[in-house]
Amino acid sequence: MTHPNEIEKFLERVLLKVQKPARYTGGEINQVVKKWGAVRTHVALVFPDLYDLGMSNLGLAILYDLLNQRSDVLAERAFAPWSDMEAALRQAKLPLYSLESKHPLADFDIVGFSLPYETLYTNTLNILELAGIPLFSAEREERHPLVIAGGHAAFNPEPMHAFIDAFVIGEGEDVIQEIVDAHQSWKDSGASRQELLISLSQIWGVYVPSLYEAHYEEDGVFSHIEKKLSEAPLPVVKRIVAKLPPPTTRLIVPYIDTVHNRIPIEIMRGCTRGCRFCQAGMIMRPVRERPVEQIVQAIEDGLRNTGFEEVGLLSLSSSDYTHILDLVTAVSQRFAGRNLAISLPSLRIESFSVDLMDALKDSRRSGFTLAPEAATERMREIINKPVSSEKLLETARAIYARGWHNIKLYFMIGHPSETIQDVQVIVDLCKAVLAEGRKIIGRRAQVTAGVSTFIPKPHTPFQWAACDTMEQIRAKQALLKKSLRGDGLKLNWNSPEDTMLEAWLSRGDRRMAEVIYQAWKRGARFDAWKDHFRYDLWLEAFSAVGLDPAFYTHRERPLDEPFPWDHISATVRKKFLAEDYLWSMQGKTRIDCRQRCFACGILPTFADLRRANPGDVWQCPEVKSKRIPVGEIAVASADSIPVSG
Amino acid sequence: MQRLRIIFAKTSAMRFTGHLDLHRAWERAFRRAELPLAYSQGYNPHPRLNLAAALPLGFTSQAEIMDAWLEHTLPVAQVWAALESALPPGISLCQIEEAALNLPALQTQLEAAEYLVTLLDELPEMATRLETLMNSEHLPRRRRGKDYDLRPLILKLHSLPPEADGLQRLFMRLVTKEGAAGRPDEVVEALGGAADAARVHRLRLILSS
Repeated sequence: MTHPNEIEKFLERVLLKVQKPARYTGGEINQVVKKWGAVRTHVALVFPDLYDLGMSNLGLAILYDLLNQRSDVLAERAFAPWSDMEAALRQAKLPLYSLESKHPLADFDIVGFSLPYETLYTNTLNILELAGIPLFSAEREERHPLVIAGGHAAFNPEPMHAFIDAFVIGEGEDVIQEIVDAHQSWKDSGASRQELLISLSQIWGVYVPSLYEAHYEEDGVFSHIEKKLSEAPLPVVKRIVAKLPPPTTRLIVPYIDTVHNRIPIEIMRGCTRGCRFCQAGMIMRPVRERPVEQIVQAIEDGLRNTGFEEVGLLSLSSSDYTHILDLVTAVSQRFAGRNLAISLPSLRIESFSVDLMDALKDSRRSGFTLAPEAATERMREIINKPVSSEKLLETARAIYARGWHNIKLYFMIGHPSETIQDVQVIVDLCKAVLAEGRKIIGRRAQVTAGVSTFIPKPHTPFQWAACDTMEQIRAKQALLKKSLRGDGLKLNWNSPEDTMLEAWLSRGDRRMAEVIYQAWKRGARFDAWKDHFRYDLWLEAFSAVGLDPAFYTHRERPLDEPFPWDHISATVRKKFLAEDYLWSMQGKTRIDCRQRCFACGILPTFADLRRANPGDVWQCPEVKSKRIPVGEIAVASADSIPVSG
Repeated sequence: MQRLRIIFAKTSAMRFTGHLDLHRAWERAFRRAELPLAYSQGYNPHPRLNLAAALPLGFTSQAEIMDAWLEHTLPVAQVWAALESALPPGISLCQIEEAALNLPALQTQLEAAEYLVTLLDELPEMATRLETLMNSEHLPRRRRGKDYDLRPLILKLHSLPPEADGLQRLFMRLVTKEGAAGRPDEVVEALGGAADAARVHRLRLILSS
């Protein structure tokens, strides 16, 4: 075992040679260092990308704070080393270590990966290897750490099933404590590693892939998942916290700039809008809000703890926060004159949003962001984000008139049934917005169009849809690049290769694990980084494994084809999603589900939780009758949905 | 308005924090301390903090100087107490005193800096190397594509007696003015050593009186 002293000695020399050495030192304000020998359970929290990104990840910060509040647990951080540091570690034959105590990751009881998106998979493998932990779950023994992972990407855990011992599906605040408890009992019992995995599988929200086996049809289409052990749950139901706890305010303040240098305050979780492309909107239901006073207090505490000069009020749709005006008024009055920037992303396209931003006196230079996602009203009905183009232009006028110079417009290409004409309208709309700006503030007006490419994500109404092919994407992007240029216009887009990788990884089945392994072995790392991403290595990996990438992404799925992620229940029923998909093709929209419950499946699953948390805590209707017995959270049929009003 | 001159040490992990990030770290410390740090007027207000001389990444120091402006006058002891509990690991206070508002900017008062350099790898025949270097009239060097003469920037350079760790130690006094500053790691290289095997500690900043 490598001693922390050896790591310290190595760092003394190597830190002067690597870029941004503060990524590797730890020691920041509010980091928690405990005596290694004084706790029962050692948890390494790993964000498998650079420190600069990982330190802005809210999930990691929450778990770090919660775990370190326990006297019997220590939680420390680790991140992916950049290539220069990786080379130095490999040359010195030293393992990847935690920033706090400089212990090798292999010394920890639990190593937990945060997987908010799929392009972190090869980095996860790389970190396991750098840590000297066997890559494959099946090769780990009692002496190795338990390797767990969570985050949005875990809602289709199958591509990483071979490498992760247990996944957390859903929200981590409570379940992480139960995992630690189970680990402690197991450690005391001296039982086998298999016993630990079985006990973990009994925790609500934990998925242990090795207890299941996947089956395929002869033509290669996924058939079904079978449990290998009678007590393994099927489906595995996502975890939620019934009521949001107060926000974490004891945040580590990095010594260097990270992607977000701010106090992140989640004002609400979930979204009632039902945009059909949006995975977060489906998997993070139900909507739960934090009270205004709690948010204001959290900002106050956060400022005292960190001294940050920016606060981010985060949610999937800030305009839908019930008391948004009260919140903005309270925040702008309380923190006036403190040289504090308050950001409020994800606002609806309406002039009220401009009033809100105005009240916050947010820095005008940063631009005002609107996300119509599609340019024609027809297309916006298909994706269920209905807003009229006139309303968009009216909002744009208000934005320019109130002092912003730059409007950022977010769109997606590749929505189901999109044609090249729909893409042309993106161009027309951007130019129309710019023309409004010119009328009001002249040549200073700017429009930045951010155009990403749609990926049909698991657990969404569009999960049956096909991805655009590379040729389609290229043709659409060519049109955008040709037309969206000139004074006052700027275009950002994703490369089609990036989109393909994300699509394969997010839609993959268990066979994708071998592809990930082969790509990593060939040198794939930092796939989310433009300069590092090697599309060719992934194609080689697919061909080495004998799989066709187009099989995963370019087939529109029949409604009755099982998905490899069907056994993971985000609790929005597949039947509901399928109906919504059919509605989309008829151009039928759904209104905000706070106005009318569409029985998506959340309430029957969590009826008891809703009953225990009445009123404003959730935005779902109240549950009147007690029909669903406690414990049977997994199965509920469509016609037993209690709806009020 | 109150102008405070703060002398502080920069050590441990803080030494890997560059000049701009150090500036940020101080701003945040003032905010945590809830001290009324003054901000510049205008569209994009900046905190009124002025660091005397950038300390290169990786160097430690016991003598960094910074001027900070507060919106209103507070007793120095109160500022000290508030800052002390708010500073990040790796920054510690050495001295705070009130400075006249009309003093010129710190950078323009800078003359020289003194360093203690510890060599992690032994350089044989150190005495000869030092002598040769000090006797030379010019030391042409190239840094970031720019040619310059290191020799006139070296005011003093000599060995120090070894300590318990047995490592070679050097004392340097180098010119440190706006636009003309000697770097101790460059001196180490001129002596034939490797810059990344030298631990550099700033002992003192010398201001014109």
